[in-house]
Amino acid sequence: MSTQSLESKYTEEQYSEVDQYQPATRTGKIANYVDTRVGGTGMVREFGRKVFPDHWTFMFGEVALYSFVITVISGAFLTFWFDPSMASTRYDGSYVPLQGVEMSTAYATALELSFDVRGGLFMRQLHHWGALMFVMAMAIHMLRVFFTGAFRKPRELNWVVGCTLLLAGLGAGFTGYSLPDEVLSGNGLRIIDGMLKAIPVVGTYISFFLFGGEFPGDEVIPRLYSLHIFIIPAVILILIAVHLFMVVTHKHTQYPGPGRTERNVVGYPIGPVYAAKAGGFFFVVFGILALLGGTFQINALWNYGPYDPSPVQAGTQPDWYIGWFDGLLRLMPGYIGDIPLEFVIPTPWGGNSVATPVLVTFLPITALLLGLFVWPWVEAWITGDKKEHHILDRPRNVPGRTAFGMAMMIWYFVMWAAASSDLIATHFSLSFNDVLIWLRVLFFAGPILTFIITKRICLALQRKDREIVLHGNEAGVIEMLPHGEFREKHTRVSDYELYTLVSYESPEVTSARPNSRGKVGLLEKSRVRLNRTFFEDRVAPVSREEYLEALSHDDHGTAAELPAGSVAAIESKKH
Amino acid sequence: MGEHGNGGPNTGAVIKAGDGKSSGYAIDNPGLPPHRPRLADADEKAAKRAERQVSALFLISIIGTVMFFVGYFAVGVTAGDLEMLRLQNTLLGVGVAFAMLGIGLGVVQWARALMPDHEVIEDRKPLRKEEDRAEAAQTVNEILDETQIKRRPLLRNTLIGAALLAPLPAVVVFRDLDRSEDFGPERLRHTLWAEGVRLVRDPTGTPIRASDLTVGSAVHAIPETLREVSGHGDRLAEKAKAVVLLIRMNPDDFEPVTPGREDWKYEGIIACSKVCTHVGCPVALYERHTHHLLCPCHQSTFDAAEEFKVIFGPAGRPLPQLPITVDDEGFLIARSDFTEPVGPTYWERG
Ligand code: HEM
Ligand code: FES
Repeated sequence: MSTQSLESKYTEEQYSEVDQYQPATRTGKIANYVDTRVGGTGMVREFGRKVFPDHWTFMFGEVALYSFVITVISGAFLTFWFDPSMASTRYDGSYVPLQGVEMSTAYATALELSFDVRGGLFMRQLHHWGALMFVMAMAIHMLRVFFTGAFRKPRELNWVVGCTLLLAGLGAGFTGYSLPDEVLSGNGLRIIDGMLKAIPVVGTYISFFLFGGEFPGDEVIPRLYSLHIFIIPAVILILIAVHLFMVVTHKHTQYPGPGRTERNVVGYPIGPVYAAKAGGFFFVVFGILALLGGTFQINALWNYGPYDPSPVQAGTQPDWYIGWFDGLLRLMPGYIGDIPLEFVIPTPWGGNSVATPVLVTFLPITALLLGLFVWPWVEAWITGDKKEHHILDRPRNVPGRTAFGMAMMIWYFVMWAAASSDLIATHFSLSFNDVLIWLRVLFFAGPILTFIITKRICLALQRKDREIVLHGNEAGVIEMLPHGEFREKHTRVSDYELYTLVSYESPEVTSARPNSRGKVGLLEKSRVRLNRTFFEDRVAPVSREEYLEALSHDDHGTAAELPAGSVAAIESKKH
Repeated sequence: MGEHGNGGPNTGAVIKAGDGKSSGYAIDNPGLPPHRPRLADADEKAAKRAERQVSALFLISIIGTVMFFVGYFAVGVTAGDLEMLRLQNTLLGVGVAFAMLGIGLGVVQWARALMPDHEVIEDRKPLRKEEDRAEAAQTVNEILDETQIKRRPLLRNTLIGAALLAPLPAVVVFRDLDRSEDFGPERLRHTLWAEGVRLVRDPTGTPIRASDLTVGSAVHAIPETLREVSGHGDRLAEKAKAVVLLIRMNPDDFEPVTPGREDWKYEGIIACSKVCTHVGCPVALYERHTHHLLCPCHQSTFDAAEEFKVIFGPAGRPLPQLPITVDDEGFLIARSDFTEPVGPTYWERG
């Protein structure tokens, strides 16, 4: 063993400097106190002037974060009175119509919160609106990330964290919705019970373990409660921390435009502008939620009555993010003609049942959710693009992805609409059988049509961009040329606007790459097919040659003699 | 940090931001557009105006907070007075809304009108340096070497074995989530119904005479023995399986019955499980003209005339029928339990 030398990397002065430093100002004193203990000034130096790009579409993630904070605060208030016990009690609170009714303690305390705790109703409604806003903002945020391609390398993992957050948000919402133990939430749980039981082999037992025996029992609400107020919020909190940490590591993406490159970030420094805007925005979100909670009634529990397996409320709607599960359950028929889809696998022990109509609904759910998680890799595989991207795509410039995303959105909306098939039918006085059949058609045709239409729209917009680059904007003025021809005057757009329109990549269709044995496998063939759907009718950005050519028309031939070079050269020649 | 380009559009004074790729586009990156000063930058009066706007918003916030206190202390809500409760709730909500929006919009306006609005450029750091990566890989390799795990497969394999088994208790320990004595799927086959159990009205519990039911009527029924089940949870669980719908129809309306079910009805009275065979909602709506039963959850429709056959919707099986008759006193009773499990299909159902 060799002896370790005691020589230090740092000099003695560097250590003693800290002790001898005498701060002059008050800020200096505080800063020094914190710094000598936890090293805070490094943080300030690092983050104080860090640059964040600003765009209104970057706001939704913030809205989600703030709604979550507000939901946590209002939820914590609720926990002081709410008691999740399913023990039965006789209601003696101040809501007259239910006085003397036997109900669970959970429902009784939720009523107490609404009627006997001042501000309790407001907090309940704030909590519920906050929850809706939280999930809504996450969904819109995710759509923004999707359609602008912000999930591409190096941000794939953060996309996965985001997807998990969305799922956790759904879980938080569903467990919360079930807590008050009235007819609505009980029926929601009943449906969950039925869906769990449809799962082959383990489903029945999962249901038993969740409910502590047969549905509904008296254990499920306390269990959902610990999920709702402890486990799920903790998971969400940790994931948010990871999410934001990664945002800082990667630095924010930015839209294409003058001055923006793959190597820089253009925006406002955190201090003071960005911090003030973001901090102010928290209060704005809080204000909007408070306004909703104060003026729009939500989940008026007292109208439903305590949970009882016998009655049911017709025409009630689940929260929006749960609706599509319900819609799917409606869309799938139980019989085709007279043939039942459900069947029994004969076995020596009496047979096992397969609840096909319920099981089939798991397919689109899994496809959509799983597809969400793996999309960054699927897209990179289709396009063969392995590069880093910090400049966002304008959605029109990636027609394949944009069209696919829209198709999936429409798919989601059809499923969600199906959850309201009865309301649609009564509202428009249609037979709900017809409404459902139309929704079934739309379930298949909707996404396909949407894909085709969206792609057309994107391509048209791209062509319009090319028009503007090559011929400028129509100025709304008709001018007469020297030789007597009339034409609409066009004004050229500035280089700054121009750059936004031309600075994108438009890959060509890639052909099949043989594998190591020189064969083109099935997988590669399907990749090529998908690649073609993505790129085949692409509209390429205006190239330098095309642009110079267009300019030379402007100048009636004078520029044609110029060697192809920088645009600036041509520009200065004109002056 | 970069600065704003100082050339006007199309002057030809172009800053090359040079990301090494921009030359592939029709024009080179022209750099940031010139900064346009705001009114408040140039004109002290405009700046003063912005300042007054912002503090007006802060004042609105104070008013909002006062409004909250008025709602909280001055509005007296007496028991059951929904109107006053609504008023209080509105004052609290709108008060907090003003309090928050005042601060929020004020600060945002402050930032927009008065704080510097120069966009700045910051360079992106490469996510990692090659030498860092190499050094890290080196460190990991050294650590692995020092553990000798590669040279001693016995250590490695037993460790893997132990690590695979060790988490199992964390799963097994949840076994007691269901501690019922009758654990297992068998219990789903039985309900409280049995030979001679009276059908009573839900929720009053009064027994039902066959003669009480007129043609076209429907009654929600539960077993008389449900009362005797102790414990709220157990009672709900039993009720969730035993709820029944009793329907009296014109006897001529019934389609021919399945062999073996001839004596399951009493005169025109027929009984079925109210638990939907789809995912279990109560099938609570009866349409007397069509004798259809409708489940409000996903619109499964069953026909009472054809032994509750599914005629529309996602349900995969008819509703189970409860065999009934009357006792000596003329009250409706069950002839037996259901002959198949009620409710949603489960794997072990068979
Ligand atoms: C730490 C965080 C949270 C706590 C402590 C909390 C606490 C509570 C409590 C005690 C209740 C029952 C009282 C009642 O129903 O009125 C409740 C209900 C509810 N929670 Fe939460 N919660 C939290 C987070 C969330 C999140 C993140 C969501 C949604 C994404 C959510 C959605 C709901 C919903 C929809 C209800 C039903 C509200 C209603 O009755 O109208 N909660 N929560
Ligand atoms: S539960 Fe009855 S139709 Fe779905």
